Amino acid sequence: MTETLLEITGVWKAFDGHSVLRDLDLSVARHEAVVLIGASGSGKSTLLRCINGLETVDAGSILLDGDLDVTAFNTDMDAVRRRIGIVFQSYNLFPHMNVLDNVTLSPRKVLKRGASESRDQAMILLQRFGLAAKADEYPDRLSGGQAQRVAIVRALAMEPELMLFDEITSALDPLLVGEVLDTVRELKMGGLTLIMATHEMGFAREVADRVCFLDAGVVLEQGAPEAVFGSPREGKTREFLSRILK
Amino acid sequence: MSASTTALGAPEVFFDPVRQAHRRKRARRDALVGMASLLGFVLVVGFAISRTSGWPLVQETFFNGSEFIATFPGLLDAFLLNVRIFLIAEPLILLIGLLVALSRDLHSPLLLPIRVLATLYVDIFRGVPTILVIFLLGFGVPALQLQGVPNNAVFWGTAALVLSYGAYVAEVFRAGIGSVHSSQRMAARSLGLTSLQTSRYVVLPQAVRNVVPPLLNDFISLQKDTALVSVLGPIEILRQAQIDASSTFNYTAYVGAALIFIALTIPMTRFADWVQARMRKRRTMAGAA
Repeated sequence: MTETLLEITGVWKAFDGHSVLRDLDLSVARHEAVVLIGASGSGKSTLLRCINGLETVDAGSILLDGDLDVTAFNTDMDAVRRRIGIVFQSYNLFPHMNVLDNVTLSPRKVLKRGASESRDQAMILLQRFGLAAKADEYPDRLSGGQAQRVAIVRALAMEPELMLFDEITSALDPLLVGEVLDTVRELKMGGLTLIMATHEMGFAREVADRVCFLDAGVVLEQGAPEAVFGSPREGKTREFLSRILK
Repeated sequence: MSASTTALGAPEVFFDPVRQAHRRKRARRDALVGMASLLGFVLVVGFAISRTSGWPLVQETFFNGSEFIATFPGLLDAFLLNVRIFLIAEPLILLIGLLVALSRDLHSPLLLPIRVLATLYVDIFRGVPTILVIFLLGFGVPALQLQGVPNNAVFWGTAALVLSYGAYVAEVFRAGIGSVHSSQRMAARSLGLTSLQTSRYVVLPQAVRNVVPPLLNDFISLQKDTALVSVLGPIEILRQAQIDASSTFNYTAYVGAALIFIALTIPMTRFADWVQARMRKRRTMAGAA
């Protein structure tokens, strides 16, 4: 049950001479939900972007399922992204397409599925997350919570082996955070492997199998949520938690 | 509970009748004052002009009724050539503009020559006055006496307009592509779409939508600039007006030509305004969501 899905070893990444990730290691098991916490600028977003190749690493390796090295020079990034989904803080729905087209675009164009097949699959997903009634709406008619849930469904339609969530509730009205977190909770129940950067500590505590505290580009402390939140070993973790939970 | 009432039973919209009557009264008064002001302005200006010492002569040479009636049908006829030039040039301009805009953003090192050519093209044709391009192509190319190349003035005049406007429209399209936020491209790539698919399905549709108003402006400008082809000799509307004017020493035909252009460009301008207003409304709505 502890089969490794993602193995990150010695990853470095710098922007303009400033290192954001410093020799970072992290391994994620299949069906595991890993929550990344840490201050802004600690490297959470950069790490997620490196994992699905939206950023190239300066050194180190990221191995998916033991066979696909995301960081190798000759890797087909489109193939990587077919297997790893990501959802961003600012939903990034395509404003010129309705919800259904947003969801079916990549299954049709990337997986070459037929129009009716991808439509049926999308409707099943939208139904499952209470969005079926919104299928014909354009993104500008959705609430932030609905838009973010559509963004999640859009990523799910590619049937990824690994899902990355990059602070997906940070741009939302506090009243709408719950519905998005419910969606993530359900995905976790369904056994999807996921890595989530978030500031929602209560949710992290409830859903995470493992919490990783990032500081200055390394995983400074990690463990079960009870351990990290209950009795953090590192002074910096304690300091961060006391500031954010205050 | 009816659709027009809230849970508390109060209507969704409610106007105090006194306030409403006051509002209506004020709107009526504003409309009346506006009309009166406009009418007064026109009367004063018209009176002032008609009192100038040169007015009778101007009226005779520019606003001669019988001259107008005599020349107008010929002008309309000649204007068909302008319309034809416009209708042929416009789709070609859009095509060239789009292709050049896309070429300028190519990243592959193998395609560097295309990128350089596209950049050169825009630099040159945006820098040279349109009328000069018309002169150079219209008189220059036929003088080369190349085999199989048409030496028809309308052909080269239209080609010059296409080249000149193509450079402008390319820049408009490029600005449109730049106006699509990079997060859209990132989101599309993260879903596994290739760079080409991302451009085609995600970036371009939004880019084109964003540049419809400036494109309509360029169309209006092109409608007028079809008159520049007259320097090469073909009898389009301006040339026809010149012929009329020089045979009678009366300039009414020029005014007739101006009226014909206006009759075409004003609806187009209003249409462009309408499109722009509608898009602004849509964008505000999107911003509020």
